[in-house]
Amino acid sequence: MSTRFTKDHEWIRVEGEEGVMGITAYAAEQLGDVVFVELPEVGKTVAQGDELAVVESVKAASEVYAPVSGEIIEVNSALEDAPATVNEAPQGEGWFVKIKLSDKAQLDAMMDDAAYAEHTK
Amino acid sequence: MTETLNRTPLYDLHVELGAKMVPFAGYEMPVQYDGVMGEHNHTREAAGLFDVSHMGQARLIGDESALEKLITADLAALQSGEQKYTLLLNSEGGIKDDLMVSRPDDEGLFLVVNAACKRSDFDYIIEATKGVAELVELDGRALLALQGPQAGAVMAELCPDAAKMVFMQAGWFEVDGLRLMISRSGYTGEDGFEISVANEHASDFARKLLSDARVKPIGLGARDSLRLEAGLCLYGHDMDEATSPIEAALTWAVAKSRRERADFPGAARILKDIADKPAKKRVGIALKDRAPAREGTEIAVNGEVVGVVTSGGFGPTVGAPIAMGYVRTDLATPGTQVDLMVRGKARPAEVVKTPFAPHRFYRG
Repeated sequence: MSTRFTKDHEWIRVEGEEGVMGITAYAAEQLGDVVFVELPEVGKTVAQGDELAVVESVKAASEVYAPVSGEIIEVNSALEDAPATVNEAPQGEGWFVKIKLSDKAQLDAMMDDAAYAEHTK
Repeated sequence: MTETLNRTPLYDLHVELGAKMVPFAGYEMPVQYDGVMGEHNHTREAAGLFDVSHMGQARLIGDESALEKLITADLAALQSGEQKYTLLLNSEGGIKDDLMVSRPDDEGLFLVVNAACKRSDFDYIIEATKGVAELVELDGRALLALQGPQAGAVMAELCPDAAKMVFMQAGWFEVDGLRLMISRSGYTGEDGFEISVANEHASDFARKLLSDARVKPIGLGARDSLRLEAGLCLYGHDMDEATSPIEAALTWAVAKSRRERADFPGAARILKDIADKPAKKRVGIALKDRAPAREGTEIAVNGEVVGVVTSGGFGPTVGAPIAMGYVRTDLATPGTQVDLMVRGKARPAEVVKTPFAPHRFYRG
């Protein structure tokens, strides 16, 4: 399926029961140079809207929220040594975590590409 | 948030240059243009232009002794053409502000104080110097900082005489018919200048500086990371009215002759801090992993809180997170291992000497 977006500028792409998520290009641009990403532990269960990760730019720390409820099944540990990947490919190699969704219906209320583009205008 | 923000004479230029404007100390200021990291690095590699017009500029004309009684400098030792960093003290010997005082001519002193403190500083000075000296606030002047290893070469083309000054000298110069008060100093740890120019000419003069390919505009974001790497205090964060100069590791700014005379506010406390060492002290802290520790982060040893971070972030030139903060004086020795409690997680760190990036002032 296509990518879904939150109003807090997270994206999630779901295949089957699993989703990969990160922050949008818009968010990465607003944050500026990312110097550190604090990711959750694999196995952690999160509810939609919970604090999931922290992105640190030169300027400040910003929270990233879980776009959906579920269990963290993988984290992008490559960001540890290369946090700038978040700026270079926010919606590709700069992904944050993979989540096993517990409620796929949550996706229905989220924005699609067109709605998110409108949201960030 | 109905507070009306002031604008500097360079406001339109900032907007034209694509700056992201943010409220700072009552002003709309550029926090960044292209990006903090790039701007930081450009300043370390070439030259950056900063708008610091929000800072307070003033002349003090008349008997200087009343002002001297409020600060830590020896004004008799401040020669014509020299500048000094000094501290304005409250009656308890706490730091009311840090400021630059210079003697660019024989008419009197030239003061540059922090934006957020300027009204309070000036009122305090006016009250103390009543009847013996006059404080003339220079609202009509903007202040630009040109900083970086190429700053001297850029200045040499514009004003060769100003480029002959060395670190902490100041004077009046004429460029294209403009009368500029220029000092060789700054807030980045690099060589550079601060240039006081009349408001109505500030924008044109900034454009002239920016027309040199070596010079790029730099926002407050990089100004903060540059000064942090240089180990320089940010007033209101790394020190405040409760902090003594000795706790702030600014003992060097308390002139020896003034210590002997003990004639500044809170002298008893400050001299006792020098003699007995204060309970806490400002230190530099290097983090061993990549998580930055921001202002307010607790500093711990074996689980016991021993201090707090007052400035922290990522140092682009250092290539790692760095911080400043206050720790118990017995833990202030470089090499002391501490933990920084970032979001509940202990991050290993070490007390280090500052600056984090070597100062590169021009001393001739």
